[in-house]
Amino acid sequence: MFFRDTFIVFRRQLRIALREPAWIVIGLLQPVLYLALFGPLLEPLAGQLGATNAYTLFVPGLIVQLAIFGALFVGFGLIGEWRDGVIEAERVTPASRTALLLGRVLKDVLQIFVQGGILIGLGFAFGLRGSIGGMLVGFALALVLSVAVAATGYALGLTLKSEDSLAAVANGVTLPVLLLSGILLPMTIAPQWLQTLSDFVPIKHIVQGIRDLFRGDFLTTGVAWGIAWTVILVIAGLWVGTRTFRRQNA
Amino acid sequence: MIHATALAREFHTKRGKEKSVVTAVAGVDIDVAEGEIVGFLGPNGAGKTTTLRMLTTLLQPTSGSATVAGFDLATEPVKVRQNIGYVSQSGSTSGSALAGLEVVDHGMLYGISKTQATARARQLFDQLDLDGLWDRPAKTLSGGQRRRLDIAMGLVHDPKLVFLDEPTTGLDPQARANLWTHISDLREKLGSTVFLTTHYLDEADALCDRVMVIDHGTIVASDTPDALKRQVSGDLVTLSVGSETDVAAAATTLAAIATSEVTTDALVVSARVLDGGKSMPDLLRALDKAKVEVTSIESRRPTLDDVFLTLTGRSLRESE
Repeated sequence: MFFRDTFIVFRRQLRIALREPAWIVIGLLQPVLYLALFGPLLEPLAGQLGATNAYTLFVPGLIVQLAIFGALFVGFGLIGEWRDGVIEAERVTPASRTALLLGRVLKDVLQIFVQGGILIGLGFAFGLRGSIGGMLVGFALALVLSVAVAATGYALGLTLKSEDSLAAVANGVTLPVLLLSGILLPMTIAPQWLQTLSDFVPIKHIVQGIRDLFRGDFLTTGVAWGIAWTVILVIAGLWVGTRTFRRQNA
Repeated sequence: MIHATALAREFHTKRGKEKSVVTAVAGVDIDVAEGEIVGFLGPNGAGKTTTLRMLTTLLQPTSGSATVAGFDLATEPVKVRQNIGYVSQSGSTSGSALAGLEVVDHGMLYGISKTQATARARQLFDQLDLDGLWDRPAKTLSGGQRRRLDIAMGLVHDPKLVFLDEPTTGLDPQARANLWTHISDLREKLGSTVFLTTHYLDEADALCDRVMVIDHGTIVASDTPDALKRQVSGDLVTLSVGSETDVAAAATTLAAIATSEVTTDALVVSARVLDGGKSMPDLLRALDKAKVEVTSIESRRPTLDDVFLTLTGRSLRESE
C-alpha cells in the first residue's frame, strides 16, 4: 500500500510538472549559464586551484547547486497545492502521510537527475574529463542530497504556508550556503578564517567529496566526510518532512 | 452514521508573550442517522468547519469522542477515512492538473484499482454534468464546474457518508440551484448520508431534513427546518405608509393583532402576526378605518434567518 500510494503521488506530480516543462528548463538555465559563462574563466586558473581539469572542480559544484536550489524551492509548488486544497483532500484519504511526501520528493529527484545528467553532458562538451565511475557515484550523492533538501523544502512550505516567508527563508539560507560551501571556487584558496568558517557548512564537505570522486579519488577523507554528511542530512530532512506531513492541521 | 459526544476543540494562540486559548467548538453532541441530510448552520467562525474537520479526522478533538461511519474517530482514523467522503471549502484539485485524472488519482489513493476508479470517475462526470471536461485543466473550469469536480473527488470511492463544507459558497444563484439538485441526488440515487455546513438559510431549508444551529461553538437548536420555523411565532407583516402622520396610527392598528412588538423604521411598520395571510383583509379594513394611507403591505413566512435571530438574538447576516 505504501509503495502504491507513493507511486500514485509521484505519477501525479510528474504529470503536472510535465504539463509545464518550461519550469524544468528554467531550473536548468542557471547552472548552464554558470557553466558556459563562468567555467571558461576557471580554465586558466585550474593549476592555481590545484586541479588538472577545471571542470572536475566546477561541475560538481554546479550539480550540488542544482540539487540545493532545485529542491529547496519545491515548497512554492506545495503552498500552491495547499491553497488549492489538494493537501487536505489527500489527507482525508487513507493514504500514508509519508507517501504523500515521498511521492513528491521522488518527482523532484527525477527532475534533478534529468537536469544534472544534461549538465554533466554539457560539461563534457566544455572539456570535463575525469573518472566516469567517480562521476556516477558523485552524481548519486548529489541526488541523495536533493532528497534531503526537497523534504526540508516541503516541510518549510507546509509550515510557513506563505510564499513571501518561504522566499525570505530560502534566499536567506541559500546565499550564505552558496558562498561558504565553495561551489564556485574551492575553499582551499580561501584565507584561514574563511576556511574554518566554511568547515561548519555541511554542503562544503559534500561538494569536496564529489570533487574528489569526479577526479577518481575514491578513498579520501573528503569522500568519507561527503558521504557522512549526505547521510546525516537525508535522515534529518526525511525526519523533519515526515513529521510535518503527519502533523495534524498541516 | 455519526455519533459524537461532547466533541470540543481549543486552539492555542500566541501573540507576543500573551498566550490565549480560543474555544472553537465548546462540546457538541451530534447524532446523524443513516440516509439523513443534515445541515450545520451558523455564521462564519461559529465552529462549523472545525467540527467538520474533527469528524473527518483532519483535526484531533481536544476532548470528547465520536464514531463516524461505524468507526471510532480516535482509534480507527484510517477506517473512518475509507468510509467517508469530504468536500472541503477550499477545493481539492490543482489548477494545472487535468480534471478527470485528478478524480482517478484520488480514487486510487483510496485503494481502488485504476480501471475501477476510471469507470467510477467517468460515471460521476456524467452524473454531475461535467461531460467533455475530462481532459481540461481544472483552472479552466467555471466556479460551478470546479465545485462539482470537488464533489466528484469526494464521491469517487462511493462513501456511505459525505461531508460537504459550504458547498455553494461563491457560486451564482443558478449554479447554486443546480448544485442543490446534485446534493439531494446523493441520497435519492446513491443512498448516501449527507452532512453539510452552510451559512445560507435557504440552502439549509431547501436541502436538509434536519438543521443544527451552531453559534459560538455550541449547538443551540436541532430540528427540522419547519419545526424550527414554527418556534418563531407568526409571519412578518411589513407595511409602508404614505406619510409620517400615519405611522403612529398604523402601529396601533398592527399592535392589536401582533404577537410581537411593533417596530417602526421611518415610514415602515412591522410586526409578527399569526397567520399573516388570513389576517390581512381585516388588517387592511382596520387601517382604512383609521384613515391610514398604505403604500405597500407584505406578509412573509418565517425563515431560518428569523429562527437564528430568535435563538441567538442576532441576525445571521449581521454576524457575517
